[in-house]
Amino acid sequence: MKKYILKRLLMSAVILIFVAFLIYVLMRCLPTSYLEQVARQKSMQPGSKSFDEWMAQLSATYGMDKGIIPGFLAWCGRAIHGDFGDSWKWTVPVLEKFNDSVWISFVMGGIAFILEILIAIPLGIIAATKQYTKVDYTITVVALACFSLPTFFFASLLKLVFSVKLGWFDLGGLVGRNYEQLSAAGQLADKAHHLVLPIITLVVINIGYLMRYTRTNMLEVLNADYIRTARAKGLSERKVIYHHAFRNTLIPLVTMLGSSLPGLFSGALITETLYSIPGIGYVSYQSMVAGDIPFSMFYLVFLAILTLLGNLIADILYAVVDPRVRIA
Amino acid sequence: MGYENKDQKENPAEKISSMDLNSENREEEYSLNDDRRVRTLSPGALVVRRFLRNRVAVTGLVILIAMALFSFVGGLITPYKEDQLFYRYDQQKKQYAAVKENTELRYVSATKKSFPSVAQAKFVLARKTGKDTFDAKGTTYTYKEEGEEFYVIYVEGEEEPAGFAAYEIVSSSVSDADVPFALQYQILSAFLNGKESFSWEDEEYTVNPDGGVFIGDEEVAYASRYIVQPIMSDVFLSRSFKEELVTSISEGEMDFHFTDEDGTEADYTVTYDAANTSYAVLQTVETKVFDKYHTPTKEHWLGTDRNGMDMLTRLMYGGRVSLYIGFIVVLIETVLGVILGGLSGYCGGWVDNLIMRIVDIFYCIPSMPIIIILGAAMDALRVDPQIRMLYLMLILGFLGWPSIARLVRGQILSLREQEFMTAAEANGIRASRRIFRHLIPNVIPQLIVTMTMSLGSTILTEATLSFLGLGVKFPFASWGNIINDVNDTYVLTNFWFIWIPAGVCLLATVLAFNLVGDGLRDAFDPKMKR
Repeated sequence: MKKYILKRLLMSAVILIFVAFLIYVLMRCLPTSYLEQVARQKSMQPGSKSFDEWMAQLSATYGMDKGIIPGFLAWCGRAIHGDFGDSWKWTVPVLEKFNDSVWISFVMGGIAFILEILIAIPLGIIAATKQYTKVDYTITVVALACFSLPTFFFASLLKLVFSVKLGWFDLGGLVGRNYEQLSAAGQLADKAHHLVLPIITLVVINIGYLMRYTRTNMLEVLNADYIRTARAKGLSERKVIYHHAFRNTLIPLVTMLGSSLPGLFSGALITETLYSIPGIGYVSYQSMVAGDIPFSMFYLVFLAILTLLGNLIADILYAVVDPRVRIA
Repeated sequence: MGYENKDQKENPAEKISSMDLNSENREEEYSLNDDRRVRTLSPGALVVRRFLRNRVAVTGLVILIAMALFSFVGGLITPYKEDQLFYRYDQQKKQYAAVKENTELRYVSATKKSFPSVAQAKFVLARKTGKDTFDAKGTTYTYKEEGEEFYVIYVEGEEEPAGFAAYEIVSSSVSDADVPFALQYQILSAFLNGKESFSWEDEEYTVNPDGGVFIGDEEVAYASRYIVQPIMSDVFLSRSFKEELVTSISEGEMDFHFTDEDGTEADYTVTYDAANTSYAVLQTVETKVFDKYHTPTKEHWLGTDRNGMDMLTRLMYGGRVSLYIGFIVVLIETVLGVILGGLSGYCGGWVDNLIMRIVDIFYCIPSMPIIIILGAAMDALRVDPQIRMLYLMLILGFLGWPSIARLVRGQILSLREQEFMTAAEANGIRASRRIFRHLIPNVIPQLIVTMTMSLGSTILTEATLSFLGLGVKFPFASWGNIINDVNDTYVLTNFWFIWIPAGVCLLATVLAFNLVGDGLRDAFDPKMKR
């Protein structure tokens, strides 16, 4: 097992280097960047150097004057020491900005994740146990509708109904107008209040997949021989489903959920942007659109690490949870 | 369940005897291996049957057909073009004139004589203190009140006035030119003393109580406390207009209607500006504007959008773009995925290893951020919208193939070990033919399901990008960039017809693709009970 994990880790590291290199090449090949904007602005000022001179100076300052491969190696060298440079757009170290914004995303994602589990798994099980009934069809169609929903359309609908018509929530942002005047508890409540709509959006968008996944796996288990045996023994249907079947359904479920845990840190790019929640998703969206290379580079590599971590967790959990799986 | 025996009801004995007797007719009778004897259904037909029995999936199919008709046929039927603009005439109020009531003394100095502002100030002081003379810049002035609040100022010892001060202003009725000082003096001294006539330079003038000055019947000038000036320099305001306007204002009316000598009627609105104590006169003019955000009417069933284009037509063309992009992207994905996955699964060894590592790398690349970055870069480069659409398809397709490659490889790995493949190999069929003729067709059911599902998700991705303004761009419509308008809170609140129909179309189409995909998966699975 240890050997397997070690092998997988090494493999992941190699993949990560390739991915980082690809991303770096892409970022360096982009035709415009934040630097050019700054250089253009600076060269506009009266009595200033020409655009080319500014560009050369800025490139040297930010280490963009090297070739792609030396530049990448330099980036790697610094990244290993945890130094990802300074963000151009936010003018603070990348990690500082990241640390500022990631936790709100994590809280938002975490609450949504728990709600998803609480809603989707029971519904999926109900759908599977009542296969081909009206309940099953309704749940199936609702689940498909949920993951067919365009996030931005659903968010707009929510805003129209709850913010504009009912006036319960603000249209966007994390804090209200009088946030500064509130007590500590009030500030927390204000933030929570602003997170309601984004969390509803996240839950509804993501719930469909989990529901379908639960249903499919539950159906597979229900068709297994040991369930027939359990029924033949004369066990109550309750016991068959919640004791024998559900426990076996948990194997793929736990694997899937475990592997999506790292994803909680990646932020919800679209949802956060729509509600202007200053989480990692929105912050990185702004950085990417502005051509902020250090921040985008960091965020993309961070996402790649999360994906690799998710895969690794899935494989390990699979072996841990299911005693039938043994890795040589 | 897939066949039924048609001969069951016939008497077997009778049949056999007739077969024996009538050997020539045997062709027409049903022989044992005759297709007509047993109604068989091909596997394909079975799949179709199973699919059609799934009501939810059939609903999805109906929605898809409706959407395809809406987008592709609808665009032909609609009387409007994708980027046809509509205009409307709007009553817009434009600044026309300004009216100011004169509340301070105005000084007019005589031609060739100076009456500097220092002297004006000294005059005010002298008047307040009741003195008759005052000094300014070494000159001594005297003044006389020659009418009601009409002060004429002389340089001491001179006969001709150096200037005068009055609340009334004399303007010419026939042109914008200034009235000569001497005439102004004559008019004001006549008007403010209540005289009805005077003579100046051999002309006989009459003055009416309203301040109008006539030679015979023709009005040449007038005196008034109101200053009326046009905003545009090329407009000449006639005396009757000014007069009526002033009457209307002094009566406190805020709406003003005027018919000029040519019979042209116009409506004006008067607003009072307290900051500079003047009235602004706004003329209501018909202006041609884009007919934007028009509520649904008979001509435009879903109203018009931000640019004054027919919403329903945009929606149809938008559907076309969304479907086109979906199909092309999925096609690219599938072709790449099948070729690479097929190679990987069939060849095994280092080829498999290499391709799978590439797949791993692609899996790790966060596609949404990458597409956003590329979209922003294309924005900066001002790529032509049409070429941009092409790039978008290529990028989406190129980032999407690994999942299909994995699917194909997995299927092929299990199929490769089956007997029919050994048989194919034993028959000496060449490798490429074995892959594409014998292996791939067995993967197709799975492939079709995945393709249908990914059509839905591709359309969703494209719509999200277009919504963010990084996908399909104006002038091309796409369901995503139609909804983009909702970023304007005013549109979100007031114009449901701009974004709700596009959202519903999008949801319906993606949902339909998913329903059909789901139905197909069930239909392809022979183990399914129904």
